[in-house]
Amino acid sequence: MAKQLYTRTNMIWTAIVLSIFAVLTLLMQTGMINSYYESTLFTICVNIILAVSLNLIVGICGQFSLGHAGFMAIGAYVAGIVTRYIPTYGGLFIGILLGFVISAIAAIIVSVPTLRLRGDYLAIATLGFSEIIRICIQNMKITNGAAGLTGIPQLTTWPILFLAVVISIIICTNFVRSVPGRAAIAINDDEIAAEAMGINTTKYKVIAFVIGAILASLAGSLFANYFYVLNPNQFTFNKSIDILVIVVFGGMGSMSASVLAAIVLGILNMYLQQFTDIRMIIYGATLILMMIFRPQGILGTWEFSVDRLLNKMKRKKEAV
Amino acid sequence: MSQFLQQVVNGLSLGSIYALVALGYTMVYGIIKLINFAHGDIYMIGAYTAFFVTTYLGMSFIPALLVCMIVCGILGVGIERIAYKPLRKAPRITALITAIGVSYVIEYTMQFFMGTSVKTYPKMLPDISWQIGAVKISYIQMVIFTVTIVLMVLLTFIIHKTKIGRAMRAVSADENGAKLMGISVDNTISITFLIGSALAGAAGMLVGLYYNSASPLMGMVPGLKAFVAAVFGGIGSIPGALVGGLFIGVAETMVVAYGSSLYRDAIVYIILIIVLIVKPAGLFGKNEREKV
Repeated sequence: MAKQLYTRTNMIWTAIVLSIFAVLTLLMQTGMINSYYESTLFTICVNIILAVSLNLIVGICGQFSLGHAGFMAIGAYVAGIVTRYIPTYGGLFIGILLGFVISAIAAIIVSVPTLRLRGDYLAIATLGFSEIIRICIQNMKITNGAAGLTGIPQLTTWPILFLAVVISIIICTNFVRSVPGRAAIAINDDEIAAEAMGINTTKYKVIAFVIGAILASLAGSLFANYFYVLNPNQFTFNKSIDILVIVVFGGMGSMSASVLAAIVLGILNMYLQQFTDIRMIIYGATLILMMIFRPQGILGTWEFSVDRLLNKMKRKKEAV
Repeated sequence: MSQFLQQVVNGLSLGSIYALVALGYTMVYGIIKLINFAHGDIYMIGAYTAFFVTTYLGMSFIPALLVCMIVCGILGVGIERIAYKPLRKAPRITALITAIGVSYVIEYTMQFFMGTSVKTYPKMLPDISWQIGAVKISYIQMVIFTVTIVLMVLLTFIIHKTKIGRAMRAVSADENGAKLMGISVDNTISITFLIGSALAGAAGMLVGLYYNSASPLMGMVPGLKAFVAAVFGGIGSIPGALVGGLFIGVAETMVVAYGSSLYRDAIVYIILIIVLIVKPAGLFGKNEREKV
C-alpha cells in the first residue's frame, strides 16, 4: 500500500495542489484577491464540493437527484447551531461530524424507498424530500424558523476550505476506482444488465447517494461558517438546480469538468452581479443554448489525468 | 361539519385549477416523456394576459378567457418548436435542464418588464354567492367549476372522438408505429403543447381572478403541485389528472384549515412520495412491464 502511495502520479498531483494553494494564498496575502474576490473564491470552492458530490450521484451512478440542496441545508444548519454554542474550531469539527451523521441518516431514509424509481420520478421524489427538509427547517424553533440563523462564527478559513475541497475531489475520483464505484458505473450503463450480473443495485445506489449527501453536508457546514447567516430560502429547489447545472454544464461523469464548470460559472456569476435584472435571463438562455448545441457539457466525459499527460510527453520524447 | 363541507368546496375550486394545469403536464409527459418545467410559467403568462386584456382593453370574461388560451397556446407551441424540438432524441436530463432554462427565461423576462410588484385585477365578476345548505359557493368558485367542467368535456371529446385526438393517442402509445401509419409526429406533438398550454392559460386567468393577483414567480410552486397531481392520478391519464388535481387541492386546503398553513406545501410533497413508493404508476396509470 505504502509503495503505491508514493507513485510519480501522486507526487505530481501533490505538487499541483500545493502550488495552487500557494499561489492563491499569496494572492490573498498581497491583496490581489480582495475581500470581494475572496467571497467569490469561497463560493466557488463550496460549489466545487457540491458539484463533485452531485456528479457522483448523477454522473457516475446515473441517479437523477434534484435534492442536493436539502443535504447542504442539513450540514449548514447543524454546523451553524453547534458553532453558535461552541465557537471554536473544535465546535466546527463537531458540527461537521454531526452534520455527516444526520445527513447520512436522512440520505438513507430518502434513498432506500425512492431509489427504486427511475429517471424523472426519482428527480421529483428527491425534490420533494429536499423541500420537506426545507419546510421542516422553516418551522423548527432551534433553526429560528423563517427568520433564519444569524451570528454564526466565521470559522471557515481558507486552509480548511481548501483542504475540504481537495479531500472531496479525492473521495469522488477514487470512488470510481473502488468496488462500489465500478458497480455504480455498471448501474449507470444498464441497470437491468448490472442486476443480472449479480450486482446489488439498491445497495450501491444507496452508497453513492450517502457519500454524495455527506459531502453536500460538508459543503453546507463550511458555507454556514463563512457567510455566518442562514435562511431556509437559500436552500430551495433552485439551489439544487444550480448545483445540477454546474454538473451538466461541465459534463456528467467527469470530476475535472465539474471543477472547471464551478470555476467558470462562479466567475461568470460574479460579473453578472452588476446586471441583476437580466442575470437570470442570461443564465436561462445559456442553459437552453448549451443543451441544444453542446448537450454533453464543456468537457463531456473527458477527465484530466496526469498519467496520460506523462505518457504523451514520453511518446513525444521518443519520437524526437 | 358545515365548516368541513365549506373547506371541501374551497379545496375543490383550488383543485380545479391544479387539475387544468396538471392536464398539460400529463399530456406532454405522456407524449414526449418530458417534465415541462416551463408549464407553470405558461400559467403565469395566462394570469398576466388576463390582467392586460381586462385592464387595458376592457374585455369581459369569456373573450378574455379565449384570448388567454390562444396566447398561451401559441406560446406553448413556440417553446416546443424552439427549445424542445431539437432535443427530441437527446437524453431526458438534457431536455429537463432545457425546460428549467425556459422556465427561468420566462419568469425573469416577465420580472424584467413587469417588476416584482403584484398586479391586481379590475372588478369583473359580481359579488354574489349562493347558500346551498351549510355551504356557501361564491360566484368565482362557480365560474371555476363551470369552466373546468366545460374544458374537461371538450378535451375528452377532442381526445376520443376526433382525428387529431386519435393521432395524439397513437403517438403517445408508439411514436415510430404512429409515424409508419402516416401520422405527422411533429404536428401532433405541437398540438399537444397547444392544447396543454391553452388549458394552463385558462387556469392562470381563473387563479388570477380567484386570488385577484398576478406576479412573475407565481407559477413555480403551483406548477410543481400540478405535476404532483398528475403523478398522483397516473401520468398520461386524463381522468387521473382531474382526480389528482382535485385531491391535492382538497388536501392542501384541509391542512391549512385544520393544521398549520406553514405545512401547506409539505403535505403535497408527502403525498407525492407516498404515491411514488406505494403505487408509482399513479391511481389510473398502467403498470408498464420493463423490457430488457
